[in-house]
Amino acid sequence: MLQESFPTPDQPQETLTVDQAIANLGSAEPGRRYYAAWWLGRNRIKNSGAVTVLIEALTDEVDRTEDGGYPLRRNAARALGKLEDPQAVPALIQCLDCEDVYVREAAAQSLGMLGDIRCVPALLKLLEGGVEAAQSVPGKPHLVQPYDAILEALGDLAAREAMAEMAPFTAHPMPRVRYAALRAMYQLTGETRYAEELTQELQAKDLQLRRSALMDLGAIGYLPAAPAIAETLAENSMKLIALKGVLEHHLQTTQGIKLSPEAIQVMDLMDSLL
Amino acid sequence: MIQKLIQEVEEADSADGLLNAVEALAEAHSERAIPTLIQVLGYNNPGAAVAAVEGLIALGEPVVTPLLNQLDGYNYGARAWAVRALSGIGDPRGLDVLLEAAVSDFALSVRRAAARGLGAIHWEKLPTAAIESAQDQAVQVLLVATADPEWVVRYAAVVGLQGLGMAVITQPPDWCAKVSDRLKALIKTDETLAVQARAKLAQQSLDSHL
Repeated sequence: MLQESFPTPDQPQETLTVDQAIANLGSAEPGRRYYAAWWLGRNRIKNSGAVTVLIEALTDEVDRTEDGGYPLRRNAARALGKLEDPQAVPALIQCLDCEDVYVREAAAQSLGMLGDIRCVPALLKLLEGGVEAAQSVPGKPHLVQPYDAILEALGDLAAREAMAEMAPFTAHPMPRVRYAALRAMYQLTGETRYAEELTQELQAKDLQLRRSALMDLGAIGYLPAAPAIAETLAENSMKLIALKGVLEHHLQTTQGIKLSPEAIQVMDLMDSLL
Repeated sequence: MIQKLIQEVEEADSADGLLNAVEALAEAHSERAIPTLIQVLGYNNPGAAVAAVEGLIALGEPVVTPLLNQLDGYNYGARAWAVRALSGIGDPRGLDVLLEAAVSDFALSVRRAAARGLGAIHWEKLPTAAIESAQDQAVQVLLVATADPEWVVRYAAVVGLQGLGMAVITQPPDWCAKVSDRLKALIKTDETLAVQARAKLAQQSLDSHL
């Protein structure tokens, strides 16, 4: 994920109803709109009225940051990923062309969550130029594209046609981008070398990187990493989330009503972290 | 020797330095380290607090009274670490604190630790006449915790119920049927697959001992 600070909405802290939140997206106050978009996603309001106003908010021109960012579009794009409505896909694909990198990032993440492969060509377009073009923007804390979000989305979407373009990113100099590529390549190929390389990163010197590797291993549900996850130096809360991912992935891919020895082993590790 | 290790904790001037000093003090396994280890819980240094909690758990019973004595005057963060230490020690004198924390603490990591701790109380340390009602209370609280909004607290509550069930396996009280029903319900209806699986494991473990 990019390093944008995500301000806790500090404007209207009142408890909203669904109708109010939808109405507030048409409010004249940017703070109210921003909060309402966040609220609809946070509470997973899967309501066609909510989806409609959030899609409209993706083309908002009013709410701008000093350097031209679109805060409301970012929040609306994030929210739409959580509402599981395929109607949002074309509008989110359009957001991949937005000049604000954080809107592109949010759109890529949400498209990955929505699981609609129509977005694959547009995501692939953002990888044009390959690793060579994947440089940081001078004076900014981010790269020219939100590569980690794009790679993760392509992995979640099982976009095998994107493999050739994605593979080189497993050698990107930025760890977070590299992890995203390893994660996606493991999802696409099932080759354990990618997941093993991620497992190695649980030994990274930097806590943030160990956390990233934890979350990636949990997301791909790589069972052999379970003991290393339990051992790594990070918060128990994060290790538990990663092990939950491993356990659930294993449960979903094994048949039968009996718990396997592997599942029991993962639960023993989880018990020890409570 | 211990005095020197204590001094190193008190004089540590960096987060890493503190962590190393606390680890060394915890490993010395000396009751004289208890006040210092308890003090570290209030330093707002998670790494050092984890090491201190581990050291306190390893020391066990002698830690309980000083920990309970300090609990009220504590800042929130230190209280949370103290609950985790009490959960790990399992002394019944910590029971009231765990009963309250398991359902009413606002931090899920504290509710989770307390729920696990309620299943690992050393009941035999209570007067025989007091055991039954204490276990009753623990079961009631754990059953409530199995409906917590956070999956990890429900997971820990299942672990707690399994521990409690195992403790009474030779003479199952009436509430065992309630626990069994609740586990069955979680296996079928909990929204989190990991909680369903853990409930199944708890049920299997309890069944295999009956």
